[in-house]
Amino acid sequence: MSEKPRVSLAPVRLEYRASAGRGLSRSLAALMEGRIVGQRCPVCAKVYVPSRGACPSCGVVLSEDVVVSETGTLVSFCVVNIPLADRSLPLPYVHGSVLLDGADIPFSHLLQGLPVEEVRMGLRVRAEWVPGPERKPSLESIRCFRPTGEPDAPFHAYMEHL
Amino acid sequence: MMAAREVAIVAFAQSPSVRREWARDDVELLLPVIQDALSQAGVRKEEIGFTASGSSDFVTGLPFSFVLALDAVGACPAIEETHVEMDGAWALYEACVRLSLGDVDTALVYAFGRSSLGEPRDVLGMQLDPYYVAPLAPDAISLAALQARALLDSGRATERALAEVAARSRRNARSNPNAQLSGDMVPETLLEAPYFIAPLRRHDCPPISDGAVAMVLAVGDKARAASSRPAWIRGVDHRIEPHGLGMRDLTRSPSTALAAANAGVAQGKVDVAELHAPFTHQELILREALGLDGDVDINPSGGALAANPLMSAGLIRIGEAALRIMNGSAHRAVAHATSGPCLQQNLVCVLEADS
Ligand SMILES: [Zn+2]
Repeated sequence: MSEKPRVSLAPVRLEYRASAGRGLSRSLAALMEGRIVGQRCPVCAKVYVPSRGACPSCGVVLSEDVVVSETGTLVSFCVVNIPLADRSLPLPYVHGSVLLDGADIPFSHLLQGLPVEEVRMGLRVRAEWVPGPERKPSLESIRCFRPTGEPDAPFHAYMEHL
Repeated sequence: MMAAREVAIVAFAQSPSVRREWARDDVELLLPVIQDALSQAGVRKEEIGFTASGSSDFVTGLPFSFVLALDAVGACPAIEETHVEMDGAWALYEACVRLSLGDVDTALVYAFGRSSLGEPRDVLGMQLDPYYVAPLAPDAISLAALQARALLDSGRATERALAEVAARSRRNARSNPNAQLSGDMVPETLLEAPYFIAPLRRHDCPPISDGAVAMVLAVGDKARAASSRPAWIRGVDHRIEPHGLGMRDLTRSPSTALAAANAGVAQGKVDVAELHAPFTHQELILREALGLDGDVDINPSGGALAANPLMSAGLIRIGEAALRIMNGSAHRAVAHATSGPCLQQNLVCVLEADS
């Protein structure tokens, strides 16, 4: 039987328009202005950054916006050894969880300015912004985080925020 | 299924259905609806024994959107939770099964669907069989039109009968603040409209709707404590027909008839029926399959022709039927939900007040 299998292609494509929601929209708008805005839960008082619509623990609407610091602590990290399509960064580099001062939940961002083998939990870092006119309503308005040079934060200072 | 324990709907809340919910995301849409249902039932989230939801990633265009939506529930401390990738009516079925096991007494059931984010008629095409039908790329309205044509050709319906269903739905929706389309319509005027996809006119088709719904279910004395007039689920059943459209008589709904028999629809007088018929001709097929006579108040809410948030509209039918038991305007009600192309799968639920 040397007959080739017959193939019929039926491409499928669906298009969507997404919207960010009220909570996240405020956070994204603030990034355009060079501010990092989260939201505080009225029940458990946790501050979520970037803000989201609801506190997932308490199941209530987050309404109070809170400006948090652009400095924080690296609470966890990952060494990236595979090139990603949209990145021109030299390998290896570090992607980490940053707990900003005043926030209760870390978020993930790029770390630069330190050799990979020196990166550690507790490292104090600061946001480096892209120039104002180039900012977008996106976390990409922060180019990366870099070490501040301060002494490391002790483990107990962030152990509840991993 | 006849529940081994007495299960009732004790609270029902929904968002108004709108053409586009753009400002709020799914969680922000759901949160007030869930809180409304919990507060009607007088229970705190920590007291809920089981949580079941219905939605579809194909509607939202986002993988694992149902996991994100759990933010609206406040799943801390950890909860027992499940999700169906279909209309929330099937989540309600699962909750009934779960409550019948005997170790939990309350359940939260919710569903959400922002149909406007994608193109619903194409999104629904994704459920077709991938070998014979999906490659032809028929959209959901075209398939419904084929079904309507078959029904008209059978001589069991007329275009005027379809227009009468549309007119009554829009008129009924005037007293439903959550409906999207309402108005004082007469069949003669509707019949002057051009065909949308023949033989369907626009009024024969549902609107594109964004919305959410939540319900609290409770067992026995818990239900009596939560509501002065619980809507007892006396029977609930769902049945499915073959995937292949050509293998079915599209003008009839044997799966609805079988589910109705198993749920006990004919075992008493039906005061009100909420039927999930997104297209006018489908209501005629369903009425016949359910054996509903002219005395039954059909779709007093306006039905899916007045508001059709995907994955929520079926559960809303059950809620609207339960509402009429709870507010005393009906003693016995039938609710129906559908899924799949051309009424492929159907769920029937019988609700009663205490006698
Ligand atoms: Zn909280």
